[in-house]
Amino acid sequence: MTNFATLTRMRIQLTLRNKMFLFFSVIMPFGFFFLYAGIFAKGSPVGVRYLLGPVIALTVMGSFWGLSAALVMFREQGILRRFHVSPVSAGDMLASSIVANLVLTLPTVIVEILFARFIFHVTDFGNFVSAFLLIALGAMSFASLGLVVASVTNTMQETQVINQLIWLPLIFLSGATIPLAQLPLVVKRVGLFLPATYLVTELQDAIFWSAAPWSRDVLIALGSLVLWALLTFFLSVQLFRWEPESKIPRRAKLLVAATAIPFLLLGLWENKSSRTISKAQAMMESLNAPVKSTPPPDSANPPDLPR
Amino acid sequence: MANPIIQVENLVKSYGDVQAVRGVSFSVEEGEVFGLLGPNGAGKTSTVEILEGLRDLDGGRVSVCGLDPKSESRALKHEIGAALQSTSLPDKLRVMEALRLFSSFYKRRRNPEELLKRFGLEEKRNAFYSQLSGGQKQRLALAMALVNDPKVLFFDEPTAGLDPQVRREIYDIIEELKREKKTIVMTTHYIEEAERLCDRVAIVDHGKVVALGTPRELKTRSGGATRIEVRLAKPETDGALKNLEGVADARELDGAYVIHSHRPPKTIVDLVKHLEAEGNELVSLEIASPSLEDVFIEMTGRRLRD
Repeated sequence: MTNFATLTRMRIQLTLRNKMFLFFSVIMPFGFFFLYAGIFAKGSPVGVRYLLGPVIALTVMGSFWGLSAALVMFREQGILRRFHVSPVSAGDMLASSIVANLVLTLPTVIVEILFARFIFHVTDFGNFVSAFLLIALGAMSFASLGLVVASVTNTMQETQVINQLIWLPLIFLSGATIPLAQLPLVVKRVGLFLPATYLVTELQDAIFWSAAPWSRDVLIALGSLVLWALLTFFLSVQLFRWEPESKIPRRAKLLVAATAIPFLLLGLWENKSSRTISKAQAMMESLNAPVKSTPPPDSANPPDLPR
Repeated sequence: MANPIIQVENLVKSYGDVQAVRGVSFSVEEGEVFGLLGPNGAGKTSTVEILEGLRDLDGGRVSVCGLDPKSESRALKHEIGAALQSTSLPDKLRVMEALRLFSSFYKRRRNPEELLKRFGLEEKRNAFYSQLSGGQKQRLALAMALVNDPKVLFFDEPTAGLDPQVRREIYDIIEELKREKKTIVMTTHYIEEAERLCDRVAIVDHGKVVALGTPRELKTRSGGATRIEVRLAKPETDGALKNLEGVADARELDGAYVIHSHRPPKTIVDLVKHLEAEGNELVSLEIASPSLEDVFIEMTGRRLRD
């Protein structure tokens, strides 16, 4: 087996033995799921189907949290040093984190879907392929974000602070908690610069409106996530540090700003076109409309909205 | 003479303004146990970590197994094994898993079962790393250094922080490796360890090699004098003690007087007479046969211990 494969297996084993994992990756996502499905959607199958996108997005985005913490802990305890004298490369180490995370996230998402099917009687899950691609790429790209956080922070405390600073806007400005359509316009405009917004909206588009993988909006979201993941992964390999005492140079922290470029550009364009905002609005309206969850005639030409 | 397996020429390494290694040179022959002996902060670990390819050098040249640790680090890592200082493994990794995981990284492998047996870890095969004692962790570290049947082994302070019983266990392991003609580079700040295990020793202080040779050579170089260490009721000038019979050298060190003598009995008698005449008194007296500690004191004017 390659170094990458054996490392991935080790990471999965270690994570499964960690009680914190059970809490953050199993109990918390399920807690969110039942909160959304049972209370926000009041258990109605359409409501659950509508909220499945945001709740799965939350599960997927949570990846970055545990990953950054694990990597910083490995570095602080001198565990990475031990790997450094072996022929393991930084790429092996980081790629195995991402794949292990994906393998551990998918079952949680699948169980959420099963809950929706058998507890809340959701029968139509929209376009499975779109949803799967978004979930997989979302998990990998947010895991890469975690790796970058690990590479720019020097101590566990710093990592936790940065994680909080990233997490809060990710969940509150993206539509993952409060639907995008209900946020004030200024906040919506800010949200358009966040990768999370596109993951949430397109997952919802895929599940609730059955958007096909080749539809323009899903492609834009997938493309941006891939580009972002590649950038963040490349940067985290470049900035990878094995030694606990080696500190990140100031100017390297600036480099990290480069990872914001894909969503900065997309955000600027979106702020002009209002494509995503209108769609979030339309999805919400179709939820409340008497005809339940029918795809709109053409999502590319949404009804006029106040800008 | 055979080609040295490790060559270090004029090695320099700095951390910011601090020069940790200042022009270290030595070479190690195949099958030799080579020791870097010196106090903490002497630059031993930096030197070894450069040889392992963990750190970049700032000046000089090094070669290990004919490879450049910087540009050919991947190839080098297949050839070496190391037990590092201040390292760890994930708490929830089991002993056998650690051995299997690390051996999977190499082209050339040794049977992990055999290593487990050899290092007395069979009973602990399914124990988590966090459940091991200090000695067991160190034995696992040594076993892990051998998973690829390396050409050169690096042991950085292999017994630091271990109790004497465990330390002797580690000595036995290293002596066995020595019998197998493994090339070992080890660092230590224990005199006993260097004398017992090393074929040759480089005494390092403040980033420089101050003496290099077999333990026996080094001891004879310092004149083979016996060390007499005394504490006195009242201070004494060094000069007076140097004039005693048979004394090669005398100096004050942390409140005690260290006298090196070629004729200890004569020196002691003379010392007692001298103290009586001066109205001074002996508080304590210790005699030690020549050791590398004396070489260190002679070269640096300081003791080796922390």
